Amino acid sequence: MTSPYAPHTDAETEAMLDAVGVDEIDALFDVPDSVAFDGEFGIPAHGERETRREAAKLLGRNDDLTEFLGRGHYTHYVPSVVDDLASRSEFLTSYTQYQPEVAQGFLQALFEYQSMLVELTGLDVANCSMYDEATALGEAATLSQRVRAVSGETILVPDQLREGKRAVLESYAEGPGLPVESYPMADGQADVAALAETIDDDVALVYAETPTVRGVIEERLTDIGELADDHDALFCLGSDPIALALLERPADVGADVVVGDAASLGTGTAYGFGLGMFVTREDYLRQVPGRLVGASEDSDGRRAYTLTLQTREQHIRKERATSNICTNQAWVALRAAMHAAWLGPDGLVDLAEDCVTRARDLASRLNEVIGVQAPVHEGHHFREFVAHTDQPARAVVEDLAAEGYAVHAIDEHLIQVSATEVTAEAEDGLVGAIAEVAK
Amino acid sequence: MTIYSQASWTDEGDDRYEPLLSEKANERVDIEDSPLPDELTRDSLELPAPAEPELARHYTRLSQMNYGVESGPFPLGSCTMKYNPSFTEDIAALPAAAVHPDRPDRTVQGTLGLCHRLQDYLGRIGGMDAVTLQPPAGAAGEFTGIQIAKAYHQHNDDDRSEVVIPDSAHGTNFATAAMAGYSVVELPSGDDGRVDIDALEAAVSEETAALMLTNPNTLGLFERDIERVADIVHEAGGLLYYDGANLNALLGRARPGDMGFDVMHYNVHKTFATPHGGGGPGAGPVGVTEELAPFLPDPHVRQSNGGYEYYRPDHSIGKVHGYYGNWPVLVKAFAYITRLGDGGLADASAKAVLNANYLAERIPYEVPFGPFHHEFVASAGEQDAADVAKGMLDHGVHPPTTKWPETVDEALMTEPTEGESRRSLDQLAAAFEAVHGADDGTLSAAPKRTAAGRIDQVRAARTPRLAWQALDSEQ
Repeated sequence: MTSPYAPHTDAETEAMLDAVGVDEIDALFDVPDSVAFDGEFGIPAHGERETRREAAKLLGRNDDLTEFLGRGHYTHYVPSVVDDLASRSEFLTSYTQYQPEVAQGFLQALFEYQSMLVELTGLDVANCSMYDEATALGEAATLSQRVRAVSGETILVPDQLREGKRAVLESYAEGPGLPVESYPMADGQADVAALAETIDDDVALVYAETPTVRGVIEERLTDIGELADDHDALFCLGSDPIALALLERPADVGADVVVGDAASLGTGTAYGFGLGMFVTREDYLRQVPGRLVGASEDSDGRRAYTLTLQTREQHIRKERATSNICTNQAWVALRAAMHAAWLGPDGLVDLAEDCVTRARDLASRLNEVIGVQAPVHEGHHFREFVAHTDQPARAVVEDLAAEGYAVHAIDEHLIQVSATEVTAEAEDGLVGAIAEVAK
Repeated sequence: MTIYSQASWTDEGDDRYEPLLSEKANERVDIEDSPLPDELTRDSLELPAPAEPELARHYTRLSQMNYGVESGPFPLGSCTMKYNPSFTEDIAALPAAAVHPDRPDRTVQGTLGLCHRLQDYLGRIGGMDAVTLQPPAGAAGEFTGIQIAKAYHQHNDDDRSEVVIPDSAHGTNFATAAMAGYSVVELPSGDDGRVDIDALEAAVSEETAALMLTNPNTLGLFERDIERVADIVHEAGGLLYYDGANLNALLGRARPGDMGFDVMHYNVHKTFATPHGGGGPGAGPVGVTEELAPFLPDPHVRQSNGGYEYYRPDHSIGKVHGYYGNWPVLVKAFAYITRLGDGGLADASAKAVLNANYLAERIPYEVPFGPFHHEFVASAGEQDAADVAKGMLDHGVHPPTTKWPETVDEALMTEPTEGESRRSLDQLAAAFEAVHGADDGTLSAAPKRTAAGRIDQVRAARTPRLAWQALDSEQ
């Protein structure tokens, strides 16, 4: 079979071969026989309908569970208009804006995305995106080594941290040889007294989260920022754009870098597919990894946008670049900006408040269930909370799956439950199912 | 000759085009009566609040001020801007594909099954024994591959400090090696644009962890001496890394694994037609030989008891993405490969190579190196390649990649892909022709028919304004 996406008729192919001056396409390949492949991949071709059917059949083996899952990957309702607009082929099938004069639309959309993150964080510079929160944290760690005021090398992170995030950080820290160490958490938040004991002048970056991996809103961010400052370390805050609509501005608590996953706006559940936020102070502008869109002027004297400060980047600076990233998550950022604009500040704040009250209310309902104590942690929660189960958590999770629900098992007798408006109508069912299995 | 004009809106005498969302509909809300104590909340939030009809018009206009593959020819060299079949979007959007990454393996057998199938397909296509899908872009794939090489050497108590990279290689290769903690040894190209065997022999040593190579290289040339190259690197104890950026030249014709490469990345947004999305998301799966499989990222999918499960490879390098990579992109690549099969994939490369050769034949610019495959690098000669590109914009085509690789003066790196018809290649050739005949004044004033005129790059970098908050108040 031929490729259905190559438009050539046989006559055109012949005419083109004539123009090139060869008899057959094979003559155009300069591949020595000794390395030529004359076998088969053994991959059968399919019609479009059959391909869709095949994929649906494969994916149909996924159990249909109502997910009360979070811990870094969240789902909110994404309005149809986001899908509709983002799917326009001028956006979807374009690429990095190397020719800004024909790419003003995407550049402006990315400029708007950067601006939204600037407002949400109070910091000055947001890049176009990193792959996800974990890789953004890795980039923040390496950024610390390019900041003159920082003398240490150790990256200090909470001892309760999603494993995948820490593993990615360690991959990024491995090349420059930065030790990754942890400080204790207490009751779902940073143990600031213990952090003060742990931190020293070898520390280059202190990472904290709000909400934390346990879903608790961190209450002592300013203290953490000051501790980092006292030791000439950067303070990197992990958060998400919806939480930032309501919580203290990172700039006001002394954050130097904000990372997080912004795909909770615009994308929703997609097996960990993310959108890494990376926002920092103007002081570190020339050290920022990734793409930046800036405003300039065109030849008619009108405001126009372009990728800028590219001497930081790999295609110019090669091994002295701030990062190797080039292709990032631009289209995911476009979607996030569209969703944020659709919500507006009122809608964003309402959504953030819903994340607080929904987690609170669901936790207190579960606390009424025999065999469950919720929430385990004292503080205020955002989207999710940890509950203690008298039964082993794994058994609870297994039994819940049989009832059609998914929650996290995070310790022997701890489960974690994440709730957003998307699962609002399923909360009664979840409470009932947990009452059945947790006795 | 194509007469082209990109959509653009501005008010007479105004100093901007389409206003920013913030200029259209900004709104400030005070945070009051929130469910949290005041000391944990911000005071206010100021963001755009367009009504949905305004939102729709805003982004529709922005889209019309943007050029994509469906707008016209897009021969951006080394980027493989091929047509992105629509049906793959529908498959990626299947509700069954939208599962949370923390689900237990046995509840997501469909997802794991698809991953396993895609790993297998990519392995066959590249001639590799095992493939990870985790890296979320080509550069992330490079990082993964080099970390694997590093872990492999360390496992053998063989500390090495250098990565060898040809001067014509992608900038990412250099940056990747540095990220992984290696120093870079740059390899000068030979007079024929390929790896210079003498230079390679001089460059490799017991410090060589790997050679990173693109084949065909960025000039579109197949490294004919690839087996010799592999021997030299392997004899020095190094590994051979294949940058998959140009794999679209070779589908079904040659496989990196058969050429002696130990580790490679695939750019699925290039070779396997997933949309580039204005700069991502892509995906950069990495294939390795059996010997390197124990070093793959954690976790990896394998078959077990009639189903699939994740496991941690024995000497895993750890993780390069917080979860499992850019899943929806991988689904689209799976759909594309399943649709085309052996024959379609081989035909895609055949037509891509035919198209490049046909276009090169039709343009007035010299192509100093050959025979090339799916892309060629012409020289703009006395003209400024950047001006040539701006001039081409006025003819309704996207220009080639310019001024790179530096091994060609005023480079025009051109990759038309198999998706262009003879008619659109002729349109492209006419654009080259028109610009070739244009005087410098016309070119330096170009483009004139795009949404914005020539943009001042120096001003953008000298006075960075990276958010609407940084714009002058009068704007």
